Amino acid sequence: MNGPEKLDRFLLTDPQDVGCEQAMDLLDVYVELVAADPGAAARRYPGIAAHLAACGPCAEDFAGLLAVVTAATS
Amino acid sequence: MAIADVTVGGEFPGLLARPLDPESAEWVRSLTGTPAEREAAAARLHEVLLRIARSETRRRGDLRISGAELDDLAHQAAADALMAIASKVGQFRGESRFTTWAYKFVIFEVSTKIGRHFWRHPTVALGTEDWDRLADRFGLDPALEPEWRDLLDALHRAVDEDLTDHQRKVFVAIFVHGVPLDALAAKLGSNRNALYKTVFDARRKLRSVLVASGHLDNGSSR
Repeated sequence: MNGPEKLDRFLLTDPQDVGCEQAMDLLDVYVELVAADPGAAARRYPGIAAHLAACGPCAEDFAGLLAVVTAATS
Repeated sequence: MAIADVTVGGEFPGLLARPLDPESAEWVRSLTGTPAEREAAAARLHEVLLRIARSETRRRGDLRISGAELDDLAHQAAADALMAIASKVGQFRGESRFTTWAYKFVIFEVSTKIGRHFWRHPTVALGTEDWDRLADRFGLDPALEPEWRDLLDALHRAVDEDLTDHQRKVFVAIFVHGVPLDALAAKLGSNRNALYKTVFDARRKLRSVLVASGHLDNGSSR
């Protein structure tokens, strides 16, 4: 990816993005779905998937909770 | 409902609470039981939350915190998460296991406390704007500067001329100075959702300006 493409990707916003509050409200539900079937989770909650792809802090929380849940069930 | 339509709130139709699994039901029962039951359950839960807070701070790494200070952060996160859980246990609807719901609170507390801690040892100076840092942050190759210099300059102009004062302040702090979003929220007395919405609107406006000026192609817009 060249420079303009990188900047363009950064500026692009996804209209499905639900924002931090709604994504975090359902983070526990989403994480359990991802642990069971990542594809199904993104299909059921595309707005959360879009948000986690764009928001670093929420993606970090998602990764942390998924790590805990995955460790607990393995 | 997407962030483009609302600032906060909204609902997910079709998400229905289900009967609690036995372990979740026992957590809810004991945390809302007699004082002795509540105390015992809170002690058990705190032990688990502290373990998770410690593992989460280790997982995040590179926090410029270590030793007793890091352990203190984990203790504070576990204690505050327990208080939040105790006050909200009546709102638990069983959409996930109780433990997953409860663990979410301690993960959030770790994030918030790391954000606040940033200002104890800040690694950025907010006074001077060095826009070439933006090139570094996006991994733009100095050898290919002719490819991206004009676009970066146009972006800088658009930030100065087309964003509101608040959008500009937030955009520059996060993307030029590299302040973590949670740390900026702590400094401004704001919250993650509000600042993300500010950045979201700023990105959309900046892209629109750059497309209109011919610096970006509208074709890749979603």
